Amino acid sequence: MNRYPLWKYLIIAVALVVGGLYAMPNLFGESPAVQVSAARASVRIDVTTVTRVEQALAAASLKPSLIQLDGNSVKARFESTDDQIKARDAMERALNPDATSPGHVVALNLLPRTPAWLASLNASPMYLGLDLRGGVHFLLQVDMPAALQRRADVLTGDLRTALREKNIRHSGVSRSGQTIDIRARDAQTADAARTLIQDQFADLDIKETVEGTDYRLSATLKPEAAQLVQENALKQNMVTLSNRINELGVAEPVIQQQGADRIVVQLPGVQDTAKAKDILGRTATLEVRLVDETTEGQAAERGGAPVPFGSERYPERDGQAVIVKRDVLLTGENLTDAQAGFDDTQQPAVHLTLDAKGARIFRDVTRENIGKRMAIILFEKGRGEVVTAPVIRSEIGGGRVQISGAMTTMEASDTALLLRAGSLAAPMEIIEERTIGPSLGAENIAKGFNSVIWGFAVIVVFMCVYYALFGVFSSLALAFNLVLLVAVLSMLQATLTLPGIAAMALALGMAIDSNVLINERVREELRRGASPQVAINTGYDTAWGTILDSNITSLIAGVALLIFGSGPVRGFAVVHCIGIVTSMFSSVFFSRGLVNFWYGRKKKLKTVSIGTVWRPDGTPAPAKAE
Amino acid sequence: MELFRIRKDIPFMRHALVLNAISTLTFLAAVFFLFSKGLNLSVEFTGGTVVEVAYEQPADLTAVRQVVESLGYAEVPVQNFGTSRDVLLRLPVREGSTSGEQSQVLIAALKVQNPAVELRRTEFVGPQVGRELVENGLKALAMVIVGIMIYLAFRFEWKYAVAAIIANLHDVVIILGFFAFFQWEFSLAVLAAVLAVLGYSVNESVVIFDRIRESFRRHRKKTTEQIIDNAITATISRTIITHGSTEIMVLSMLLFGGPTLHYFALALTIGILFGIYSSVFVAAAIAMWLGIKREDLIKSGPKKEGDPDDPNAGAMV
Repeated sequence: MNRYPLWKYLIIAVALVVGGLYAMPNLFGESPAVQVSAARASVRIDVTTVTRVEQALAAASLKPSLIQLDGNSVKARFESTDDQIKARDAMERALNPDATSPGHVVALNLLPRTPAWLASLNASPMYLGLDLRGGVHFLLQVDMPAALQRRADVLTGDLRTALREKNIRHSGVSRSGQTIDIRARDAQTADAARTLIQDQFADLDIKETVEGTDYRLSATLKPEAAQLVQENALKQNMVTLSNRINELGVAEPVIQQQGADRIVVQLPGVQDTAKAKDILGRTATLEVRLVDETTEGQAAERGGAPVPFGSERYPERDGQAVIVKRDVLLTGENLTDAQAGFDDTQQPAVHLTLDAKGARIFRDVTRENIGKRMAIILFEKGRGEVVTAPVIRSEIGGGRVQISGAMTTMEASDTALLLRAGSLAAPMEIIEERTIGPSLGAENIAKGFNSVIWGFAVIVVFMCVYYALFGVFSSLALAFNLVLLVAVLSMLQATLTLPGIAAMALALGMAIDSNVLINERVREELRRGASPQVAINTGYDTAWGTILDSNITSLIAGVALLIFGSGPVRGFAVVHCIGIVTSMFSSVFFSRGLVNFWYGRKKKLKTVSIGTVWRPDGTPAPAKAE
Repeated sequence: MELFRIRKDIPFMRHALVLNAISTLTFLAAVFFLFSKGLNLSVEFTGGTVVEVAYEQPADLTAVRQVVESLGYAEVPVQNFGTSRDVLLRLPVREGSTSGEQSQVLIAALKVQNPAVELRRTEFVGPQVGRELVENGLKALAMVIVGIMIYLAFRFEWKYAVAAIIANLHDVVIILGFFAFFQWEFSLAVLAAVLAVLGYSVNESVVIFDRIRESFRRHRKKTTEQIIDNAITATISRTIITHGSTEIMVLSMLLFGGPTLHYFALALTIGILFGIYSSVFVAAAIAMWLGIKREDLIKSGPKKEGDPDDPNAGAMV
C-alpha cells in the first residue's frame, strides 16, 4: 500500500532536477561589471559597440572575463573591482570622446556569475530588492487634475478658434476647472456651437443650461477621453523620467507604473539622492527666448566680439552659436505637446501646442517682435542647446505654433521629440522616498541568510533526534521545500527583499508543521497497535485533510496581504503564498515518496524508525518501533 | 524520544470558565491600552521622515539631539538602533518641505557636528500614503476574517467558524495590546506578521476542530466536553512541537535578523504563543458554549460514517 507508481517518482525526480537547476544560479554570487547603454535615442548599441569596448579594454590592457551584448546594452564582467573601475574609465574615454555630450552611459554594475550553460536554460538568480543591494526608491504621484486641466486648456483654445472660423458669435469661452463654458445670447448660436462641438470635438460631452436670457453650454471631457489623457500623461512622464535617469548612469533603473497615477522609480546603487531628485524633479528644461539682434549681438554671433551684457551664447545643434537674451519668455511647462507634421505648403514642420497662459504670452511676444528671431532652447544635463531659432512671421494666437522652413522630415520629428522629452505631461510630487546605503544592504542579506540557516539547522537537528529516520525524511522535505521556493522565485524573477527572506524563514517554520502532523499521526497509529505499513498509510491519509485545511487558511491570509499590501508587505506576501504551495508539495508528496521508497518494498516490515512510540500501559506493542 | 506521555485525556474544558475569564480580562486590558496609549505607528503610516545614521564610535546621543533641536524640531525621538553606533531619528512631516529635503538638511547638520557620520538609510513617506496604508491594512484584515470564516463554515459549521475567528481575533488584539503597552513601533512588517499569525493560528484551531469531528465519530458515548478534551489531548503534542518549530525559526529571526526584523519576529512570537493558548482554551471553549453537537457534523448517513477521511465531511450543514 505504500508504493508510488513510477510516474509519481518521475514527477519527484523532475521537480528535483528542475528545482535544483533553477535554484542553482543563486549560489554563484555576483561579479563586478561595467555596463554600456545608450544615453540618447539616436545612439545605437550593437556589435560595433562590442568591438569598440573590446578595443578600449585591449588598449588599457584589461582582460574582461566576459563581454556580452544583452538587449540594448553591452556588459563586460571583471574579476576585481579594481579592474572594473579602470575599465569604466577606459570605456568612458573611448566611447564618450566629447565629455560635454556623452552618447553612452557607462555605469558600474554587478552581474550574476551564472555559468553560461545555466544561463542558456534561462536560469538566473533572484533579483535583489533595494533593501538588500542599496539604492534609492521614489514613489511619484502624477498630478492628474493638472493634466486634465491642461487638456481642457488646449481644448478651450481650439474651441475658440473653431468657433471663430465658423463665425459663431459666442459671448465668451472660458475654462473653469476641467469644464469649458461657452456662452451664447440666443438659442440659434447655442445650437450652432453645439453642432460644431459634436462634429469636431468628439472628446467632449455637452450640457446646456439657460440662465435668464443667456444660454450656457458646459463641455466636459468624456470619461474615456479623460482616461486617455491620464494614461498618456503617465506614459509621457515615464518616458521623460527615463530620459532623465539616463543621465545618472544607473545600470538597471526600474521605472514602473503603480496604480492609475503613480510611478515607482528605483535606482539600485545610487547614493546621491540629492542629485537623483534634482534630475527627476526638473520641470522646466525648455525655454523660449528672443535672439539678441543688436549689432553687438550679431557681432558676437559671428565670433570675435564678446557676448553683450544681458545676453548669453548657446550653440545650435550644428555648432553654430546663437546669442539670446537672458529673459525667459516661456518654459517647457507651458508646452503641452509637440508633433512633427507638414505646413500648408507641404513642407516639414513642427507643431507646438501651448497652454492658455503660454498662448497669451506667445501672442503678445509675437505681435511685438514680427520679423525678429526667437530661440527655443533645450537645457539638457545643465547645458543649453538651441533646438531651433525661427523668424517670427506674424502674430501667433490660439496657442498653436508652427515651426517650419529648411528642415527635413527627419529633423522635424527629431525636434518634436526633443521638445517633448523636455516636458512633463503633468507635474509630479515625490510622496515616498527611501535610501538604503550599500553597507546596510549587505548586512541585511547576511542577517536574513543567518536567520534562515540557523533556524533551519536547529529544526533539522530536533526533527532528526525526535523522529529518527522519519525526522530525516522530514528534514529532506524541508530542504527540498527551500530549494523549490528559491527556484520558483528565481523563475518568476521575483524581487527578493528582507521581508521576503523573513517570509522564507516563516514558510520553513510553518512547512514543518505538516511533517509533524504526519509523524504524530503515524506514531499514534502505531500506538494503537497498527502494523507499520498500515500506520504509515493511515497517518499520511488522515493528516492530509488537516494539512489542506490549515494551509488554505494560511493562504487566505497570504492572498489578502498580496492584494492589499504594497511595498515591503507585498514582497512578504509573494514569498509567503508561494512557500505555502511548495510546502504542500514537498512535505506531503515528496516526503511520502521518500518513505515509500525506503519502506514500501518491505512486505514484512516489523519496525519503523520514528522515535519512541510510548504506550500508556507499557505493554510491548505488536509492532515494535525503533 | 517522546516528550508527551499522557495517560488519560486531560480535562481542559473543566477549567474553561476560569481560563475564559482570564482571556476576557487580558483582552480587555489589551483594548484598554490600545485606546489609552494607542499604537506607536511607524513613519509608513503617519508620514514623515526616518533617518538612520552610523558613527565609527558609539554615538553621542545628546550631541545628536542638540543638532536636531537646533534645526527646530522639538521632541524628535533620537535612539540607538541595533548597536550603540547606529542612531535612528524620526522627523515629523513638516509643512512646506516635501520629499526628502528634511533628511538632507539633517545630514548636512550632523556632518558639521561630526564628519564621521555615515548615512545608512532614509525614508520619507508622504501623509497621503500613510492614510492609504491604514485603509488597505484594515481591508486586508477584513478579507482575512471573512475569507477564513467562509472557509470554515463550509468545511465545518458556522459555530466553528465563529469560535475560530473570535479566538484568533483575540490573539490579534492581544498582540496589538502588547505593541500599545510597550509602545513598540508598529510598522508595515508588523502588520504583515499580525495577518500571517491570524492565518497561522486559525490553522491550529482547524487541527483541533478536525480532531473534534473525528472524536465525535469514534466515541459515540462521550459527552461534548469529553470529546473536546479527547481531541485536544490527542493533538497537544503535535501542537507544542509544530509551534515550537515555527518558534525556532522566529527566534532565529529575533536573534540574527537584526533590528529591521526585530518587531516582526516579536509580533510573531507573541502571536504563536497566544495562538496555542487561544486554540486550546478559547476556540474550543467557545465552540462548546455555542453548543456544537455530533449531529452538526455527522448528518449525512452511514456512508460517511465509515469514511473519516472524506474531505467533504461536514460540508453539508
